[in-house]
Amino acid sequence: MLIGIPKESRPGERLVAGTPKTVAQLVKLGYEIAVEAGAGLGASFPDAAYVAAGARIGTSAEVWASDVVTAVNAPTDDEVAAMTPGATLVATLAPFSQQALVERLAAAGVTALALDAVPRISRAQALDVLSTMSNVAGYRAVIEAAEEYGGMFTGQVTAAGKTMPATVFVIGAGVAGLAAIGAAASLGAQVRAFDVRPEVGEQIESMGATFVQAATAQQEVSSDGYARELTDEQARLTEVMYAQETAKADIVITTALVRGKGVRTISAEMVAAMKPGSVIVDLAATGGGNCELTVVGEKIVTDNGVIIVGYTDLTSRMPQHTSQLFGTNVVNLVKLVTPAKDGVFTLDLDDQVQRGMTVAKGGEVLWPPPPVHVSAAPAPAGPQVPVDPRTPEQRAADEAAAAVLKGRRRLVGAALGAVLVALALSASPPAFLMHFTVFALAVIIGYYVISNVTHALHTPLMAQTNAISGIIVVGALLQIGNDNLAVTVLAVIAAAVASINVFGGFLVTYRMLGMFRKDA
Amino acid sequence: MRDLVTLTSVVQVVYLLAALLFIASLAGLSKQETARRGNVLGMVGMALALVATVVLALDTSQRPKWLTGALILAVLAIGATLGMQRARKVEMTQMPELIAMLHSFVGAAAVLVGFNSYLTEPHETLHLIEVGLGVLIGAVTFTGSIIAYLKLSARMKSTPLTLPGRNLLNLAALIVSVGLIVWLVVAPSLLPLVLLTVVSLALGLHLVAAIGGGDMPVVVSMLNSYSGWAAAMAGFMLGNDLLIVTGALVGSSGAILSYLMCKAMNRKFISVILGGFGTEGGKVAAAVEGEYRSVTAAEVAEMLTQARRVVIAPGYGMAVAKAQYPVADLVTRLRARGIQVRFAVHPVAGRLPGHMNVLLAEARVPYDIVLEMDEINDDFDDTDVVLVIGANDTVNPAAQEDPGSPIAGMPVLHVWKASQVVVFKRSMATGYAGVPNPLFYRENAAMLFGDAKVQVEAIIAEL
Repeated sequence: MLIGIPKESRPGERLVAGTPKTVAQLVKLGYEIAVEAGAGLGASFPDAAYVAAGARIGTSAEVWASDVVTAVNAPTDDEVAAMTPGATLVATLAPFSQQALVERLAAAGVTALALDAVPRISRAQALDVLSTMSNVAGYRAVIEAAEEYGGMFTGQVTAAGKTMPATVFVIGAGVAGLAAIGAAASLGAQVRAFDVRPEVGEQIESMGATFVQAATAQQEVSSDGYARELTDEQARLTEVMYAQETAKADIVITTALVRGKGVRTISAEMVAAMKPGSVIVDLAATGGGNCELTVVGEKIVTDNGVIIVGYTDLTSRMPQHTSQLFGTNVVNLVKLVTPAKDGVFTLDLDDQVQRGMTVAKGGEVLWPPPPVHVSAAPAPAGPQVPVDPRTPEQRAADEAAAAVLKGRRRLVGAALGAVLVALALSASPPAFLMHFTVFALAVIIGYYVISNVTHALHTPLMAQTNAISGIIVVGALLQIGNDNLAVTVLAVIAAAVASINVFGGFLVTYRMLGMFRKDA
Repeated sequence: MRDLVTLTSVVQVVYLLAALLFIASLAGLSKQETARRGNVLGMVGMALALVATVVLALDTSQRPKWLTGALILAVLAIGATLGMQRARKVEMTQMPELIAMLHSFVGAAAVLVGFNSYLTEPHETLHLIEVGLGVLIGAVTFTGSIIAYLKLSARMKSTPLTLPGRNLLNLAALIVSVGLIVWLVVAPSLLPLVLLTVVSLALGLHLVAAIGGGDMPVVVSMLNSYSGWAAAMAGFMLGNDLLIVTGALVGSSGAILSYLMCKAMNRKFISVILGGFGTEGGKVAAAVEGEYRSVTAAEVAEMLTQARRVVIAPGYGMAVAKAQYPVADLVTRLRARGIQVRFAVHPVAGRLPGHMNVLLAEARVPYDIVLEMDEINDDFDDTDVVLVIGANDTVNPAAQEDPGSPIAGMPVLHVWKASQVVVFKRSMATGYAGVPNPLFYRENAAMLFGDAKVQVEAIIAEL
């Protein structure tokens, strides 16, 4: 089948849905590829490179008429019209907000797969362009902020005095937020970050940021892996925290998108309280923005000198890598639908992932898909633990008392046992007592000698003790000379097996120890 | 002078020396730096004890001296040949089997020495009790070790044998044994002794047959302990202090090892010994389901080259696949690229305490990058990639997070805290404990299916 990669028609778009590398991978899966002339120029991939990778160059009309068309952005009406009925479109379609487009695609008889509607489950991560795009955008947001910010990110101590590191506050620790945290931290900034999901605190800290929490504002993971909107009380507390943090920050990067829609995080008052020269990068500008003052697609400077960056093309500003990553997402999808690697695009709607992405097929709108439950979310109502009427303190006290009682009982038991053993021993002959003394002391010595053995040497130790316990050969040897034939025979057998132990045990220990060596 | 220094007293002095050497030997084995010296000290002690014993045996021989001498020589020659041949040829992966087999020899010898002691010495009450106990412990060690050997060498299924009322059976066997010892004391004859031997042999068989493969570290160290107690009992019967001291040393060392192993599995010693793991308490693990992700060797190689800190958590599966050599090769290559590579060894990884350390040492992995669980558990947060090679239960997060899990509370390696975890596994089957492992379904975990050795070699080829 033929896969078409058109030139993106959105003004200023520099991305392309396939690079020479990903084209080569698609060819390997058995497809023919047509690339629109000049499609990769924005990302510095010349047509010749595509040809070298096994594609042919075609006109816009040819490419849009392919069996499968893969694009970065949603198609225009003309482009939809250029598609053949029954063909497949793979692109970012934003089905949750672009209902009309989905209906148009269905009406055109196109099978439409939305790369941005991939169910959030582990297996599907490899084809989730939202993650890809968010990652790039988060990184780029830091770069944009650094460009606008009038200082260095890292703190320095020089002969000319010292500068403080920039304070970066990141709102939302999704893929974009985490990428921003990582990039800012590696530039040397002090990064603080917040997310409404308390469980991501660990991830935030792992990227090198301090996790900021609003007082008692908590939210549960929704069953589909996206964050939920906050309740009123939570929202108020969070707002207080935002105000405090933004006032302290040099740079604020806000990434709060819930299902493609920007959530208001930074109000005009908060901006007014920020330091002149500080920078806000609004990554939610595509969804209307998180900051009240954001102008979508533009950079503005407020009256008090705060720079607000509302670019919506951050991913497009790094076209080479973004295209490569996007293209790989597409390849991973194609792999999924081409299990036989025979170049036949076969959609399996029983597969959760494929069903979730498919928004239109055979003239019907298939959006929204049936809900997918993320396995990681805990089952809501587990069996309840029986309620203990006592308070925790009482319970602890009861347990401690029980432990003391148990300890006392044990002590009494041990004392009784000791008395009994002592009585039994007193009644035994002196020779036995001597032996018993030796035995008891040896047990204690053994205990102290062995207790400190490093774990790594347990096996050699065991082999060595094995060899030593072959000492029983001594008893057998002394019995060999007995004039009773049966005794001699038994003694010979016993001595033979025990001496196997002696020789084998020592030698194998020696061999093992010879292998242990220290790193030179 | 001639009366003061008798042959017996000289031999006793030599025995004392040997006992001291054995203590020094075990003390030496507690650290890497002194371990080899400890080994040699043990050999010297044993050589001294043997020479003294041979001299004494010749002196007290009731048969012609040449005959006794020849027999002793022959016996030692046989033992040396067989023992050294086994020791030289054994592969490190088979170490658990070898050790189990050697334990059975001590047990067998203890039983035989017990019989001899009964036949040759006067039937005093105390002596008869000693003989009875010696034979009992020896016989249990003997058959128990044989079963352990068969299970470890996969000649017998390692699943626990769960006969109905198995605890009662064991208890009954013990009571019968005590009864037989009483019989032996009251009316000394061979019959109760033979019956005692049979019952004890059966007890040993059943005891170990009821314990599953994953509990073998405990079983092997327990049998090690028993073999020591058997030797000590033999010492009591023969009135030989060297045997008593040595037996007690070995017995307590084995007991400590068993205790450490149990602690590492968060199990009670008694419940391991009673066997039938997973049937007590009626706890049910939360079912784990979800999507797992599989990766290819090439992707893992890519992951590794981009990592800065790598930890490898090996388990029994590495031993089964004999993957320690390619793993060591992989480590060398990664380290040459400036990547920090360390090993995280769980105390019960493998089928023998310290088994993984021996395998890695065999493959010439330096011991100072092989760390214990407690040393490395806090470092997983900063680790980029963890390779879990043939381990399962020892890296199961359910032990920490699911109070209903049968392995709840067992200390485990926190591999899931690393950025990425690659699990080398043959299939999605559960580990020995039969507990599902939610690690496999974590977002940061990926499965690399196939034989560990083949896969590691494939990764090396991709590097």
